[in-house]
Amino acid sequence: MKLCLKKVPFKVMRMKNLFYKLLLNGFVVVFMLLPITLQAEHQKLIMGRSSEAFPETMSALQEEIKKAGYTISIVQRVDIGLSGMGFETDKYRVVFFGKPEEIKSLPKKYPKLTPYLPLAITIFAENEETILAAMSPGYIEHAYIKNSDSSDAELQAIFLRWQKDIELIIENVGQLE
Amino acid sequence: MLQNKTQNFILLSSFLAVISVALLFLILAGSVAFAQSHEHHGLTNGVVDVQSGKMLFQKKCAVCHGSEGVGGVGVPLNLHDFLRTTSNRYLLQTIRMGRPGRVMPAFSTLTKAQVQSIILYIRSWRPEIEIPVYSLDLIEGDVKKGQVTYDAACDNCHREKGIGGEGTGVTFSRPRNAELIAPAIGNSAFLAAASDQMIKRIIMTGRESTPMDSAMAMGLKEEDVDNVVTYLRSLEENGTVQKVKHSQRDDAVLMYESSYSIEETIENMKRAALGHNFRYIREQTLDHGFVEKDQESNHEYLIYFCNFTFLNQALLVDPRIGMFLPFRTTIVKKEDTVLVMTVSPDYLCSLFNNNELKQSCHFMAEKYEAMLEESTF
Repeated sequence: MKLCLKKVPFKVMRMKNLFYKLLLNGFVVVFMLLPITLQAEHQKLIMGRSSEAFPETMSALQEEIKKAGYTISIVQRVDIGLSGMGFETDKYRVVFFGKPEEIKSLPKKYPKLTPYLPLAITIFAENEETILAAMSPGYIEHAYIKNSDSSDAELQAIFLRWQKDIELIIENVGQLE
Repeated sequence: MLQNKTQNFILLSSFLAVISVALLFLILAGSVAFAQSHEHHGLTNGVVDVQSGKMLFQKKCAVCHGSEGVGGVGVPLNLHDFLRTTSNRYLLQTIRMGRPGRVMPAFSTLTKAQVQSIILYIRSWRPEIEIPVYSLDLIEGDVKKGQVTYDAACDNCHREKGIGGEGTGVTFSRPRNAELIAPAIGNSAFLAAASDQMIKRIIMTGRESTPMDSAMAMGLKEEDVDNVVTYLRSLEENGTVQKVKHSQRDDAVLMYESSYSIEETIENMKRAALGHNFRYIREQTLDHGFVEKDQESNHEYLIYFCNFTFLNQALLVDPRIGMFLPFRTTIVKKEDTVLVMTVSPDYLCSLFNNNELKQSCHFMAEKYEAMLEESTF
């Protein structure tokens, strides 16, 4: 298809070019700022509240962790330790979980990641309800992802999956009725 | 020829411009979709209604403030006195700006309509209360006299320069010594949200269900109250308001290389922890619980210690801190090197937006570093 164009005066053309340049620059600026905006939105904690009491929420949490394909390695009974030392506390536990193959492979590949393994969700009674909290893998990721090489891309994918899985686990438990 | 070149150039420029605009729209649309999927959860855009507000409150606020606003990690909102004295402007600004260093995060990605919907829902708890509207006129009192009155009447609970009471909300997981924690009235975001007239009314009437008496009960005249309000406002002007302390270490992990074998390092760590008043809880391989006992790797160990007094104090400040307590140290053998590591409390402290925790985190970091050093050298 042939396009017919009118002859454009030079001054108008310059103004139009200037407009396009500005538009293009605007686009570049927006494009560069976008990752910063998205990063700033990243939450630091993943939290949820269940309207159910602690025992029901605890069993739902364990079920959801397993449903997401993880294995629970241990449940730390923080409240038992505190009560044993004479401190007053309601039910307070930390559930540790992970995927066996990741627990095996990640420390070898990324030794500095080991202190954050296994993953953990804190669960504590809040009157008749229950609160769940976990640190956001997406937040910790910033301490590990320094470059954009391939090994970082692999690690980035792992953090992203953990983030989504923990969000889903806590969201599902939080929706208990 | 020249005309053809010019025409081609214009054509190309137009094409580039159209592509740029299209991409810009695509990115903005994607950004909005991202924000909605992460923050808005299918709520109506631009419409202020109580149902949307309820959904948003349950999603964003209930985890800390309780499903019915009775409080928890966050302060209670469903109090007659609170709703009677706070304006919608104050609530809107507070939701949007949060409280730097005082647990409450800023929900800056919520639209105005969404925040208004949340407020509508909060107001629906007690519809009989008339919503106060305050003039934004500044009160002109005497700053120096205001400080004297503040130090005598307010400092005890709100502390120096209004940094606020200790602890977090009225969490039900801990013993409830006070019904409501004293707010940080010198906090930059509080002063930006609260008008002088609103602060004055609260001081004049006091707050039921809290230790805060009315001005009259405290023996203050209206002039004294004006002076206190002016003093608080001066904190903002002088830049002395409590802001988030940004000092934190970038590294997420504290790591030391040991001069000993993995077995010796484990024993050293146990001794070091005991020496720093930590109680030994247990040790296990990292893959314990993930694989059969006979397949566990003896190259990665976890050792758990706890200083229960410290743990109890930290939980009083923020009940969520248990996510990285008790102290867990990881000992890893990689080829001929033994590494001793733990999470960095200073780094993780920034998760909580809680200035009160900074001191505890720093104390922890110092203890952990000392133990790691002692066990490796």
